[in-house]
Formats: sequence, structure tokens, C-alpha cells
Amino acid sequence: MNWLTPEEWQVVGLSLRVALWATLGSLPVGLFVAWILARKRFWGHALLNALTHLPLIMPPVVTGYILLILFGRRGVIGEWLADIGIVFAFRWTGAALACAVMGFPLMVRAMRLSIEAVDRRLEAAAGTLGASPIMVFLTVTLPLILPGVVAGAILGFAKAMGEFGATITFVSNIPGETRTLPTAIYTYLNVPGGDAGAIRLTLISVALSLAALLVSEWLARRAARHVGGV
Amino acid sequence: MLDVAVNHHQGDFHLQAAFAAGAGLTALFGRSGSGKTTLVNVIAGLVKPEQGRVTVDGLTLIDSDKRLFVPPHRRRVGYVFQEGRLFPHLTVRQNLRYGRWFTPAPERRAKFDDVVALLGIGALLDRHPQSLSGGEKQRVAIGRALLASPRILLMDEPLAALDDARKAEILPYIERLRDEAGIPIVYVSHAVAEVVRLATTVVMMEGGRVAAAGPAGEVMARLGGLPLARGEAGAILDAQLREVDDGYGLSVIATQAGDLRVPRLDLPVGARLRVQILARDVMIARRPPDGVSALNMLPGRIAEIGEATGASVDLRLDCQGVPVLAQITRRSLDVLGLKIGESVTAVIKSVTFAGR
Repeated sequence: MNWLTPEEWQVVGLSLRVALWATLGSLPVGLFVAWILARKRFWGHALLNALTHLPLIMPPVVTGYILLILFGRRGVIGEWLADIGIVFAFRWTGAALACAVMGFPLMVRAMRLSIEAVDRRLEAAAGTLGASPIMVFLTVTLPLILPGVVAGAILGFAKAMGEFGATITFVSNIPGETRTLPTAIYTYLNVPGGDAGAIRLTLISVALSLAALLVSEWLARRAARHVGGV
Repeated sequence: MLDVAVNHHQGDFHLQAAFAAGAGLTALFGRSGSGKTTLVNVIAGLVKPEQGRVTVDGLTLIDSDKRLFVPPHRRRVGYVFQEGRLFPHLTVRQNLRYGRWFTPAPERRAKFDDVVALLGIGALLDRHPQSLSGGEKQRVAIGRALLASPRILLMDEPLAALDDARKAEILPYIERLRDEAGIPIVYVSHAVAEVVRLATTVVMMEGGRVAAAGPAGEVMARLGGLPLARGEAGAILDAQLREVDDGYGLSVIATQAGDLRVPRLDLPVGARLRVQILARDVMIARRPPDGVSALNMLPGRIAEIGEATGASVDLRLDCQGVPVLAQITRRSLDVLGLKIGESVTAVIKSVTFAGR
């Protein structure tokens, strides 16, 4: 297909890569935090809950700036990570990190709700059948919350595809490295005669969002049938 | 062999109970709120008591003095819950096999095909729990617990959520389980009919304490203090079918107290069964009466005279060592001048078939 320029294909590919890694990276952490928030009562519960939701409430520019302070080349964590060869600043990995952070609250919320909906009496029954707490989680809890995990992952992916503010603040808008769909559209709009390119990328963006939505619906229905056993 | 001693507070409720359960089925019997389920949850490890000791087959599961508490998944205690609790994401076959994965190989005594046959669930294996009837769900739940090869099987009112037809469907399976599986069963119930039919031993619970415990026939025939509705009290007798009287459509069954004639039973000669004689179906005669239509009379001695309530009073007779209850009027007691130790004849109006 030639209706996109090579640069535009690069933007689409990069966006998918960034969103995929953002989703995969935050999935285990999100599941763990969702499980803790749903099941454990401890000192600091409210604080953890607030921290989790912070990226949803703060202006994305602020989130991006905080990431820059923490993970920038001379940031508190960034400097230390650079010593062991991990660099986020102005790299596509940084874009993935920004997208992961911005999608985190949505992901945790969906997964937490599904964990809270699990009938804990089933877990007790599994225990009496000899399953250790870890096996109970893997064989009973996880299959039962699968629809919620899928929904959370799709939400995180969709958020990552559209993330703009934190990304551009943290890793700028470097062609081929950090220029994702939203930043590319923004760039086109700032260039005289860039409307055609902006429209093409907008159509791509709409198509990808629709596809993500349809896939998530399909996965959720499949998972629900699996769990519901009809 | 199970030994339990528990001292535990739950809100205002104080559970202080101890009992032992051996082979066969031990019924924990009492009103709701008497502490039966808490006691069973302690045995399973789902409730940690403030104080207590639980041992199964000489293995200590809880000893609060030594701060020992074995977690549920290492107890190998089977549990059949009131609501089944089958895993909705697994098929019946996967549900049944679930506990097996976690049972150490040398301990896997229960055979899949045997348990499936015992419970009659062979046709359900590829279905999902959602498509099963209440009775089928409970049979699968029993099978799932059995296939983990437990040391002991706990059943918490497994029939309470079912209608009478479904109950009747499951009761024979529980009887077979009791007689064939060779695992001690602790069965929680507040239904007299279930206890009368199933129990080998009865532990009567009241207000968090054990009110009475012993062989089913003895406990159910004890006067006073029973949480039974009037009319439910009655003796339980174990019997064997001796002969069939086809001409009159009767069966003759032999009990330790003597032979009884009952309407024809659809059982082979030699079959073991259990019958109940309700106290209100028993009349007392000083001498073996003449010209009475009642088929069954048992000689016995008056062992106990209960407290009079209203117009009636309960008597416990000793018929060749078997307790038989009789409910008569206070007036009859005085007119006949009945006293403890006297020989009388129990005239029995009706014998109820209670189970196999």
C-alpha cells in the first residue's frame, strides 16, 4: 500500500511497538497492585490507591515532567539506570514508559473490579482440595478474572496509542524514535499543507482504535464464555 | 479417627465443644446458630480457633498450646459445602480431577472410575457446572472432595439448598458413601429425617456446646433436652429383612428388640435397613393385650419417665437393650400407675422405613 509515506509507516509501526511494550510491561505490575488494593487492608492502602490514580488526575504535562525529573539522563533514577545500560530519555523506551504510566490507573481499575467480583468461597474450596495459595491464584482466581485482565490490557493499549502530553514532555517528538501517531498528527498540523498527512494518520488512528475495541469485545466474550461455561 | 476440642469466640457467640468421630457417619446435629458449621470450619482450617486441638488419624492439625496450625491445603480434609462451590471455569471432569493434582501420588487412593460410578455422574463429565441441576452439582461436589483422597470428609448441610425430590435423589448415594468409601464422615444437619436415616453417631449441638453425643439410636431416643419438634422424637432401630409374606403383602424384619411386620419392602431378604418408631405411634399396655389390630408389639421395661408437658408425657422403654420412645397422656400414666423398672408391652401403630 502506497497511500502512506515511508515516514508515516514508521510512525504507525512505532506507535504499535510503544503501545505493545507499555501494555506488556505494566500488565504484571498492574495485576499485582490491583490484587493488593482489592484484597489487602494495610496502613498506606489509601496512599497506594491515590498514587495509582494520580496520572489520571494530574495534567499529562506534569506527569511527563515528573518522569523527566526521575528518569531523565541526569534524573534521580535515570542516572543510575544509565550506568547499567538502560536509557529512557528521548528514546522510544521512554515513550513506552510514559504511556505505561498514563494507562496504569485505567488498567488497575478494570482488574481490581474483576478481582473484587471473584467469589472467595471458591478459593476456600480450592484450598480444602489441596491447592496452595499460589496455585489457588493460578488455577481459580486468574481464570475467573481473565475478562477483567483482558479489558484492563486493552484499555491500557488504547490509552498508550493515544498518549500525547506526557510523551511529548518526557521524550520530545523525534522522528523515528519518539514520534508516535498523536505527535505526528500534531506535527502535521503545525506544517503548512500538512492537512492531508494529518487526515491519513487520523484515519489510521480511528481504524486502530476500532480494531482494538472489537478485539477486546471478542476476547472478553470468549473469556466470559470460558468462565461462564455455557 | 477424628478428635476435636475447640474454645472459640465469634462476636457474642461462644463455641466450646469437644467430640470424637470414628468410622461411619457422625452427624453434627442442632438448630442453626448452634455452632455446627464453625466447628466443621475449624476442622477444615477455614477458621482458626482461639484455643483448641484437632487430630485426624493421630496427626495433629491444630494445637493452640504448641502454636500449631496446619493450613487448609496441607490437611487433606475433604469438604462438601452447602452450595457446592464447583469451579465455573472447569468442566465436571476437570472439577473432579482438581484435588487429584495436589494429592501426593502414593496417597491417591480414590479411583476416578469408582467414584464416578458410586455417584452416578458418568453422563455429566463433559458438562459445565452451570448446566447441572442442584442435585447433580452436589453429587459432583462430593466426588470432587472424594477424589482428593481425604483422610476425613466434612459435609456442611449438603442437602439444605435442595428440594425434597433432589434430596431423595442424593440420600442413597450418601448412604453408599458411608458404607463403602471407608472414610469417616462428619455431616452437619438440622434436619431430623437426614440424621435418622444417615447417622451412625450423633453429636447434638446447642448454643455452642455439645448437648449429647453417642450412637444414633441412643441419642435420638433420649428424653428431654432434644431440639426436636414434638412428634419428631422417636427410636431408631437397625434391622435386617427376614422374610416376605406375599399373601398379606408384608415384610418381616428382625431387630434386636424383636421381629416387626411392616408393609412390603422392595428389598431382598437379608438386606440391612433402618426403621424409625415415632414416640406418638407407640401405646403402652401393662400386659400383652388380646384382640388388638396392631401388628407389632414389643416387650420391654420402663427405663425413664420424662417431664410432663401439657397433657402428655414421654417414656423411654428398654426393649432387649434397644431404646424405644412412647408418648402417652399424663392421665394414662396415673391410671395405669406406671413406674420405672416395670415390665410393659409397647403396642406399635406404625413403623417408618428410614433408610438402608
